[in-house]
Amino acid sequence: MPSRRALIGGVAASVAAAVLAAPQVRAQTQPHVIVIGGGFAGASCARALKRLDRDLAVTLIEPEAAYLACPFSNAVLAGLRGIEAQTFRYDQFGDIALIRKRAVAVDAERRRVRLEDGTDIGYVRLVLAPGIDLRFDALPGYDEAAAAIMPHAWKAGAQTLLLRDQLAAMPDGGVVILSAPPNPFRCPPGPYERASLIAHYLKTSKPRSKLIILDAKDAFSKQRLFEAAWQELYPGLIEWVPLSSGGRVTEVDPATRTLVTEFGNHKADVANVIPPQRAGGIAQSAGVADQTGWCPIDPVTFESRLQPAIHVIGDAVIGGAMPKSAFSANAQAKACAAAVAALVRERPPAQPKLINTCYSLVAPGYGISIAGVYQPRDGLLAEVEGAGGASPLEAPLSVRELEAAYAEDWFRTITSEVFG
Amino acid sequence: MTSHDMRRSKNRRGGRSLAPVLLAALMASAPAWADAAPGATACTGCHGPAALGSAIPSLDGHAADEIVTRMHAFRSGERNATVMDRIARGFTEEETRAIAEWLAKPEAARHAQP
Repeated sequence: MPSRRALIGGVAASVAAAVLAAPQVRAQTQPHVIVIGGGFAGASCARALKRLDRDLAVTLIEPEAAYLACPFSNAVLAGLRGIEAQTFRYDQFGDIALIRKRAVAVDAERRRVRLEDGTDIGYVRLVLAPGIDLRFDALPGYDEAAAAIMPHAWKAGAQTLLLRDQLAAMPDGGVVILSAPPNPFRCPPGPYERASLIAHYLKTSKPRSKLIILDAKDAFSKQRLFEAAWQELYPGLIEWVPLSSGGRVTEVDPATRTLVTEFGNHKADVANVIPPQRAGGIAQSAGVADQTGWCPIDPVTFESRLQPAIHVIGDAVIGGAMPKSAFSANAQAKACAAAVAALVRERPPAQPKLINTCYSLVAPGYGISIAGVYQPRDGLLAEVEGAGGASPLEAPLSVRELEAAYAEDWFRTITSEVFG
Repeated sequence: MTSHDMRRSKNRRGGRSLAPVLLAALMASAPAWADAAPGATACTGCHGPAALGSAIPSLDGHAADEIVTRMHAFRSGERNATVMDRIARGFTEEETRAIAEWLAKPEAARHAQP
């Protein structure tokens, strides 16, 4: 904690003002919890903390003015949805102090966060929700410059629009190649929902075109459901090349839009390269990521196993059986907030139970889902046996329609809970 | 500090080493979500306020018994579902009861603080 201290009026709003005006000066009546990262995990956690204990001073550090949500961004690629439907401004955060700057360093020992402008702020507990970084060092030829030609579109925003525009500009008869990464990565069913919706766009607008998925894996989330739907809706349009058939991309050449595998070269008209990932940068510099690039946590409190008083939630964590999804991030955020609120008041945290539900659209009006229930077991978040699983393989179209409607409404509900 | 605050503060454990200022803050606070049944806070990821007008039913205004009965029917497969059958099977009868009791409180009471 800081050595220079001053007493300021007790309400959070004045703490917020004080943080912005003079970050070295802290109110002493309110324990201060900092959340870094305003995505589904971080924004949910900041809100939940304040709701749990209004006498906590909660600060959310997020440099962007708006959040661009990844769920449903595949529908933007396919021209089914505008990017504005994915955009959520940070203007509904009430008595949470919002700092629109980048956090650049964490001093875990002194419990301080340093911002890009050099100011530093103390905390009693820190929650890191840094999301993912795309690894521009993992796939030869694929760096940030290459991403301007072969977009990843794995963070929603400019990259989503770039890939959408490339698809729109591609002539009929073109070849789209999607390269899917090895596990673990953000949104396990995401590449296959994306392939589905791109296929829908090609089928309706450019029917002589083809889509190849080069995959670094031999299996993927909701696989049987996706494959059955592809056969039904897009016969002959999608070719999935698994790892064992030479699907793993080992190198790319952006100049010729070529993807290299052990079995040969593939030239694309549009190439969507989803590279390997790791926890967002601040997790690496705070020392909460291990050699895998992801963050080991205590599954009860989400406290880092590597640094005290730092909790990690969302896509950045090693979540055991729990997938990296927006739903997981939101559920983890609320469980973590309960643990943080308890620990700040020196009370024992409760054993959490968590839920995940992920919807994917295979086509407009055709939705499928996977769900799971999780609890701490053997130091990880383990699936509760007998629960969860994917949508039935055999189901009338009315069920797919209902799940597509639920997918849309889930997005509306969760974004309204998280972003206001 | 009101007498209500004092009552709530008796429930806490630990806190022997807390500085006096922190203790004062602690006594003025009352945890709410910390007392939510395990799993309960995840529900609102899909089930929003009634005002949102979602195809996914709102859980606002349902009695605890009603939620328990419905979850039981999802778990047994007696009631048709897209995803709730898969989720309901992850919770025991007792866990379901605790979640239902929490959800049955009005939104404001779930997060009530003095």
